Amino acid sequence: MIEIQNLTKRYGQITAVKNLNFTVEKGEILGFLGPNGAGKSTTMNIITGYIPSTEGTVKVDGFDILESPKEVKKRIGFLPEQPPVYMDMTVIDYLNFVADLKNVDKKQKRSQISDIMELVKIGDHRNRLIKNLSKGYKQRVGLAQALVGSPDVLILDEPTVGLDPKQIIEIRKLIKALGKQHTIILSSHILPEVSAVCERVVIINKGEIAAIDTPENLSRGLGSASKLTATIAGPRSSVENAIREIYGVKYVESAADKGKEAISYIIESDKDVDIRKPLFFAMAKLGYPIIELKSLSLSLEDIFLQIVTEEKEVG
Amino acid sequence: MAAIFWKEVKSYFYSPMAYILIGLFILLTSIMFLPYLRYGYGLFNDVLGTMGFILLVIIPILTMRILAEDRKNGTEVLLITSPANIASIVVGKFLAVYFVFLVMTMLTFVFPIVQLAFGAKFTVQLIGGYIGFLLLGATYIAVGVFASSLTENQVIAVIISYASLLIMWLADSVSSLVGGFVAKVLSWFSILSRYDDFNRGILGLSPVVYYLSFTAVFLFLTVRVIEKRRWSQG
Repeated sequence: MIEIQNLTKRYGQITAVKNLNFTVEKGEILGFLGPNGAGKSTTMNIITGYIPSTEGTVKVDGFDILESPKEVKKRIGFLPEQPPVYMDMTVIDYLNFVADLKNVDKKQKRSQISDIMELVKIGDHRNRLIKNLSKGYKQRVGLAQALVGSPDVLILDEPTVGLDPKQIIEIRKLIKALGKQHTIILSSHILPEVSAVCERVVIINKGEIAAIDTPENLSRGLGSASKLTATIAGPRSSVENAIREIYGVKYVESAADKGKEAISYIIESDKDVDIRKPLFFAMAKLGYPIIELKSLSLSLEDIFLQIVTEEKEVG
Repeated sequence: MAAIFWKEVKSYFYSPMAYILIGLFILLTSIMFLPYLRYGYGLFNDVLGTMGFILLVIIPILTMRILAEDRKNGTEVLLITSPANIASIVVGKFLAVYFVFLVMTMLTFVFPIVQLAFGAKFTVQLIGGYIGFLLLGATYIAVGVFASSLTENQVIAVIISYASLLIMWLADSVSSLVGGFVAKVLSWFSILSRYDDFNRGILGLSPVVYYLSFTAVFLFLTVRVIEKRRWSQG
């Protein structure tokens, strides 16, 4: 659906985006992840035709953005970082204007707009001026605007930024639901968001792609060990020794004292060995109760930090 | 284009902007018109000449927000990423301002009508004068739209329009002072000398073409400015 080849954007000496290559399949939700200033917005602005690229091509549904911008723009709904709303218009007037701007058929306009308002839950506010709406509702109006004209592709630049936790959950749900009918690219610097919503993740850092994969594969591929935390009541040295004797354990570290006797340990073991049962029996034999046991899978957050800070660690 | 036209027209008339400026324009014109009522019936064309100057004060305020506001509020993204091309966006906006100007101009019809009702003689000059006025308005608006495309700051936009329009207004008198090549260039920008022809009742093809092409050139430059900025901005 979307093919991006050798995409580069330079501003004078500064290279904002360097040689991006990726494709997005029809019906896929792709997460675009990176620290602030990594080039996420620039890439999205290029895909939507807001700014041209210096080099490289963007094709949507086979149409090149520079050669046939109209065909591409017809197929894309774009929610920029700042929702492009007119403050002095009412919600319904604004959506009508957007529908006219996108050449929505006059007969379908009314039903399409009321469907969209239903979907993003702004129907009750249709006659209010946009400037009087809260940030969350402005964001929804922005999302509604992107949906007008039923484009195949939705490009959402940080759609949940500035919303309260409840609204974030609602918008995420909405995006997931939209993913059934649309191809979506979503950018974020919030990791749980990407892992909650997206099927595939592009991690971008300093204008270059650092990794592309599913969130699961990313966490699996990068972790060479599995980690546990265990809180065990018992003398530190004998507990540590007992843990070290368990098959598969690579590393033990006592983390923090909890209460009077209990101590937390971080235990790293080989990836394909489950040490929880042997740990239980070993501690039972010694008579040290395990108070808490938790497996620490490498979160997307760890991976992200790992990828983004990799260069520093090497140097 | 129609969508943008109607949206802009509505936003002028839903806000106090259009009413204040139209009111101001009519007020100033009335003041100019008063002596004509009092001391007999001079030609309304003399008032039209002064209206051209009042227009110079009004139009930049009318046009300052037309593109600058979209840039400031981030709604420019919506317009540019929509299937509408930039030329149709600019023309739609230009026509919306022109519509407000047209309403304003039509309200001034009341002055010559009053004159005629009180026994003044109808002259063709009046029609010629109004045609000139409508063309003059188009060039002012085009300059204002162009100024508004240069910046996201409305105050700067209004200053640029005033400066450019004043230069054009004074071009004629300055060009007679300097002479030579500079004078030729300046006289090309002199929108006023052509306007005087209309008011004298001379309706030639060349001033009409001049005003229309002047308008077209500034609208074209506006499109170019927006296009060019897309290449350089982040």
